[in-house]
Amino acid sequence: MTATNTIAAPAHSTGAGSTNDTSSALRFITCGSVDDGKSTLIGRLLVDSKAVLQDQLANVSKSGEADLALFTDGLSAEREQGITIDVAYRYFATPTRKFIIGDAPGHEQYTRNMVTAASSAHAAVVLVDATKLKWNVDGLVDLLPQTRRHSLLVNLLRVPGIIFAVNKLDALGDDATAAFAKISEALQAFAKQAGIAVTATIPMSALKGHNVVEATPGWCGYQGPSLLALLETLPVTAAETDVPFAFPVQWVEKFHNSADTSQGRRVFWGRVATGTVQVGDTVSIHPSGQTAVVAQVVNHARVPGSVTAGHGAGITLDREVDVSRGDWLLAQVTPAADSDDEFADTPKPRAFAEATREIKATVAWMDDEPLVAGRVYLALHGHRWIKAKVKRIVHSLDINTLQEHDATEIAPNAIGHIELALQEAITAVPYAQSRVLGSLILVDTASHKTSGALLLS
Amino acid sequence: MNAMTEPTHFDRLSNQHLDALEEETIFILREVAAAFERPALLFSGGKDSLVMLKCAEKAFGVGRIPYPLLMIDTGHNFHEVTDFRDFRAKELGAELIVRSVEDSMARGTVRLAHPGESRNVHQSVTLLEAIDEFRFDALIGGARRDEEKARAKERIFSHRDSFGQWQPKAQRPELWTLFNTRLQPGEHFRVFPISNWTELDVWQYIEREKIALPSLYYTHKRDVVERKGLLVPVTDLTPAKEGETIESRDVRFRTVGDITCTCPVESLAATAADIVIETLQADVSERGATRMDDKTSEASMEKRKKDGYF
Repeated sequence: MTATNTIAAPAHSTGAGSTNDTSSALRFITCGSVDDGKSTLIGRLLVDSKAVLQDQLANVSKSGEADLALFTDGLSAEREQGITIDVAYRYFATPTRKFIIGDAPGHEQYTRNMVTAASSAHAAVVLVDATKLKWNVDGLVDLLPQTRRHSLLVNLLRVPGIIFAVNKLDALGDDATAAFAKISEALQAFAKQAGIAVTATIPMSALKGHNVVEATPGWCGYQGPSLLALLETLPVTAAETDVPFAFPVQWVEKFHNSADTSQGRRVFWGRVATGTVQVGDTVSIHPSGQTAVVAQVVNHARVPGSVTAGHGAGITLDREVDVSRGDWLLAQVTPAADSDDEFADTPKPRAFAEATREIKATVAWMDDEPLVAGRVYLALHGHRWIKAKVKRIVHSLDINTLQEHDATEIAPNAIGHIELALQEAITAVPYAQSRVLGSLILVDTASHKTSGALLLS
Repeated sequence: MNAMTEPTHFDRLSNQHLDALEEETIFILREVAAAFERPALLFSGGKDSLVMLKCAEKAFGVGRIPYPLLMIDTGHNFHEVTDFRDFRAKELGAELIVRSVEDSMARGTVRLAHPGESRNVHQSVTLLEAIDEFRFDALIGGARRDEEKARAKERIFSHRDSFGQWQPKAQRPELWTLFNTRLQPGEHFRVFPISNWTELDVWQYIEREKIALPSLYYTHKRDVVERKGLLVPVTDLTPAKEGETIESRDVRFRTVGDITCTCPVESLAATAADIVIETLQADVSERGATRMDDKTSEASMEKRKKDGYF
């Protein structure tokens, strides 16, 4: 019997986008240095949860022993070099949940691919290789730079569930229990310093299978759930419903054959970035500043009803207004509604602040050419393309130590803080408040490469 | 354990999971409609492209799919599939463009090493010719990341250079849902809206949405020979070799493509619900069970993708 045979109904289902939603597929990434055992861990998850089929197993087996790492390194350039170049996506299911793994590369030069994988992840498993750590005379351990780097990156991108998987403890024999305690201590101290909320720290042997799919009670003094059992209970990213309604218009559908123009003849399609939309809500249209009332809301598959953050919606307005792809529909609180709110139990969310042409952001730089002040890039915010000029490089961040350094450029794969001037104003919300409103990409005007990821401050 | 009682156990979970997959697919289909000038949807009449078409119907409304359907015909397709393709296109009121490898052979742009060679690999030439002819800037395909390793690495919006080539080391980072769809003249995108679906998801969705498929996908009697662990259909193009025994078996196809390299599997599954159960219990992958051409080399798909294959 395969593990997927008995998929049971989840214990509770509170609807997509809810903070307790464990019935949706969980997207998680694995990160860590080269040779920390990421590919082996994924191979172990796939094999032990019976997600690997016989022909795939045969392809990676030598003299009967499967090389677990070979499941994920699929490109010939990767097999030649024995490293992972790009994110590989893997799929498996247990009786209670489906999973999508983003296997992110460990090499520093492929940080862009790690950021790619992290931007859509609900959880991150940061592998720590117990055999590689240096022990100080005072009995403390120094974490590897890549452990700090990857943890900081996934935290910066607001991946909500961060799990430290301390791997290869089987190689330490009798010292494993003491080593795990010390490594846990070092990880906790680092997480506290960096402001990272850690979901769990698990001792593990991906090679032997300890605490990956099956729990190994008492091993290394750990009594908690296996990695997989933990992943089964993690919520997907909480929908940003407590922020006012914001909706980037992706596509405008025209009704050529409709004679009734009173409610407009167009449906505005897109995915709700924040908040909720329902019939009767007043919205303002950015950048034109016009206002209108929502006349109809349908979900992604054209079924009427209210739609919350993270989900697709089609919206029609009560009057004919100029709206095109790239515009935003934003919550607009009318003065009357405002005064009602003082007496309401749950006050209505307030409208957004003024749009701005000056933004400050953390940038993860991905181009092979460094970022230099003065250059103009194309920026994408929601579905809207605008030109963005780098006004100033505030500093670059040493993501191993979190120290800020004066800089005149941001090197490939580095992180920094910059100020930009935009050709047109945007409704800028810090990334900490909204992943959609608070994120942009920068695209090189000449090469059209995706050069940088911006997280608004 | 009685397998036939299983489906009720995963209804609730799978439906929510399917809703999320459908929503993502529709989002991508709309993004292509909005971001490109001349997109086309690759449509073979196979199960994956029929799932995409169902999502397109939901995205745009019945009869309103805003791009033409494009089929690259090797001339070696099962007639059940091409008939079904024509029927669905007509039913949807969609424009169907068919370009054939045989025309490329007549032009001399495709040369076979020997007459019996599989034409599957040569589809990329005809596809690139069609892209040139219609100046398509985005081609939507039904490939899934669970199909094979090279595919597992590809972005949803996959940039192709002016030779139609995929550059695995120079893929554009794909952050959040901010898709960089910028192109230089002559370049195009391959877009994969069902990247995150698995074979099981596809069958569960076909079952849930009652999507009609070509009859080949369900059990039928067929003359086959056993060759290297595969069941090879006996056809004019793939006759039995000397010493092989022709048997009539109950089979179905897990994937349909070029006759010369697609094999059925033994099965009595007559409905999508039966196939969901079979897929749950399968111990060989879709490609491992059915494709002769991918077995030749671990890297064959990667090489073909680099050459402009879908």
